Amino acid sequence: MPRLVSHPDEVKIVSRRFGMGAEKIDRYLELGGYEAVMKCLAQDSDWIINEMKASNLRGRGGAGFSAGMKWSFVPRQSAKPKYILVNGDESEPGTCKDHLIFLHDPHSVIEGTIIAGLAVGAKMGFIYLRGEYRYLLEITERAVADAYQRGFLGKNIFGSGKEFEIITQTGAGAYEVGEESALMESLEGKRGVPRIKPPFPAVVGLYGGPTVINNAETIATVPHVINMGAAAYAAVGTPRNGGTRLFSISGHVERPGVYELPMGYNLKKMIYEVAGGIRGGRNLKAVVPGGSSTPVLLPQEIDIGMDFDQVGKAGSMLGSGGVVVIDDQTCIVEFALRTISFYAHESCGWCIPCREGTDWLKKSLTRFHAGFGAPSDIDNMQYLAENMLGRTFCPLGDAAAMPTIAFIKKFRKEFEDHLNGKPCPFAREGVLQLTVV
Amino acid sequence: MSPNHPNPESIPVFSPQLAARFDALVQKYPVKRSALIPMLLYAQDEVGYLSDAVVAEVARRIGITELEVRNVATYYSMLRFRPAGQFNIQVCTNISCLLRGAYEVYERFQEELGVGPHGVTPDGVFSLEEVECVGACCWAPAVQVNYDFHDELKPDLVPGILSGYRGKAKAGNNGASSLEKKANSKEPHA
Ligand SMILES: Cc1cc2nc3c(=O)[nH]c(=O)nc-3n(C[C@H](O)[C@H](O)[C@H](O)COP(=O)(O)O)c2cc1C
Ligand code: FES
Repeated sequence: MPRLVSHPDEVKIVSRRFGMGAEKIDRYLELGGYEAVMKCLAQDSDWIINEMKASNLRGRGGAGFSAGMKWSFVPRQSAKPKYILVNGDESEPGTCKDHLIFLHDPHSVIEGTIIAGLAVGAKMGFIYLRGEYRYLLEITERAVADAYQRGFLGKNIFGSGKEFEIITQTGAGAYEVGEESALMESLEGKRGVPRIKPPFPAVVGLYGGPTVINNAETIATVPHVINMGAAAYAAVGTPRNGGTRLFSISGHVERPGVYELPMGYNLKKMIYEVAGGIRGGRNLKAVVPGGSSTPVLLPQEIDIGMDFDQVGKAGSMLGSGGVVVIDDQTCIVEFALRTISFYAHESCGWCIPCREGTDWLKKSLTRFHAGFGAPSDIDNMQYLAENMLGRTFCPLGDAAAMPTIAFIKKFRKEFEDHLNGKPCPFAREGVLQLTVV
Repeated sequence: MSPNHPNPESIPVFSPQLAARFDALVQKYPVKRSALIPMLLYAQDEVGYLSDAVVAEVARRIGITELEVRNVATYYSMLRFRPAGQFNIQVCTNISCLLRGAYEVYERFQEELGVGPHGVTPDGVFSLEEVECVGACCWAPAVQVNYDFHDELKPDLVPGILSGYRGKAKAGNNGASSLEKKANSKEPHA
């Protein structure tokens, strides 16, 4: 069982039921569960969407798009059925927050899915979990079965005369399937290759029907927004960044863990106070602020508020909220190599700039890290990564290129040190093996 | 072939439980083919890998060609076409785990088992592979054995983990088949 952590600065909204047995439906009800959906059943869909817009809840999957806005794009009338899709693929390295939601509070996901359905007029929702999360799928399936048994799901939910079905689905190992259109392909029983946009999922999505796709944390937040009221929820965060976020803090900190902090919480404080500072009294070297695809920040760049806008201004991204902390005993070239080899492995191979670009970067970095680099490699890698930006079919190419560019720009000296018979200044015994196939 | 894997070509491809699970699964979706990926994974859990017979059976039941099944299956990293050990050890070496000693853990597994990447021990009990992030970054380094998570590992904990699974292997308690049993004891919800 993953360890739960806690800190006085936390504002527990989404995580308030963690560790309280709320995966059991009776306990969930005792703790105020399913009140939000009943409140929504007494309102019309415009009211729900307006609440969501006013809450400033922005997508927790990475891009930070306004959830209320996204829901409002779904056409009212549609010849094809509409769907709600919960993205529980959680595969961005450094991110493990949805893991805890499914483990401790699966009913909040179910409740949020029903509310999304009421808002856009969908009668069916899917909860897609990555294949590795089998035990979480089983917990979620149990929760769904219990909700059916109580009449919270099915043909006549809460006796309202309205219908809503939920289907759970497992993936089978693929990061790219977290990309929304690739996820739809996967759910349709195909390779997880992304679709061309437009049309956007809100218009043409799963099985060709209008589809809302949201991250599991976004959906789990919805009942809390309804219960607290949009204004109260928005007030917790910063302007245009409502509420809290589950930050997964990992790497070289004393107390790694998933902490729920208000949007805009200072990154430096997050590392030094909330997570207890750098392990073993060492010094900070770098921080990846929002999952492995986000550009690295230097110690002098971390005195910033962690919301989408402020991290953006600092030249990186809030992404999935996965804060990876790196100490001064770490080889950045090795770290960059491990990062890029992930993207090379996960590139779906559909478009050339991503497939070839990630592979070339991986090969160059492997050679470089092993001590066989040439001075021109540094510029070549940067040039290659810069030319991937915006030229790939889906954002996976950007996700690989952006961190690479930042590593090279911000740690150029360290790359140069690897040349001329100084293979790796921090060489541990046994270099990176990289046998993932 | 290891004694732990019944030869899948010589028995009915799907056990009655798996067949029933498949029948319940295809009912759920608006489109039958949506059952394909879960079905491949559940079949693999039971048989050990996607044998030719499994591929043919899934193709027949979904109503698509074997080629289409293979085309889809080869995309997903958890699906395999060769047997793994009864307990497949998957060591995450992605960034958060890397920073907290994943390779030391991985090397210890290699030493203890005497197999390299994707190797299977001669008794068929264990196989070892390096995998990408498994969503346990805050509890790094993380390892999955079949579907079980092991968090905050240290090299010294490796022998204990292995002997725990060795005990289960002797008792004939395969991780995947116990999952099947659990899953089948539940009422289908719809
Ligand atoms: C390569 C790639 C991988 C992604 N992986 C995930 C993921 O694992 N989980 C997730 O929620 N969103 C992921 N996304 C983002 C989704 O495409 C989508 O934007 C998100 O699910 C929308 O939900 P939100 O608005 O609530 O954030 C990924 C995007 C890309 C390009
Ligand atoms: S990096 Fe190892 S579990 Fe995420």
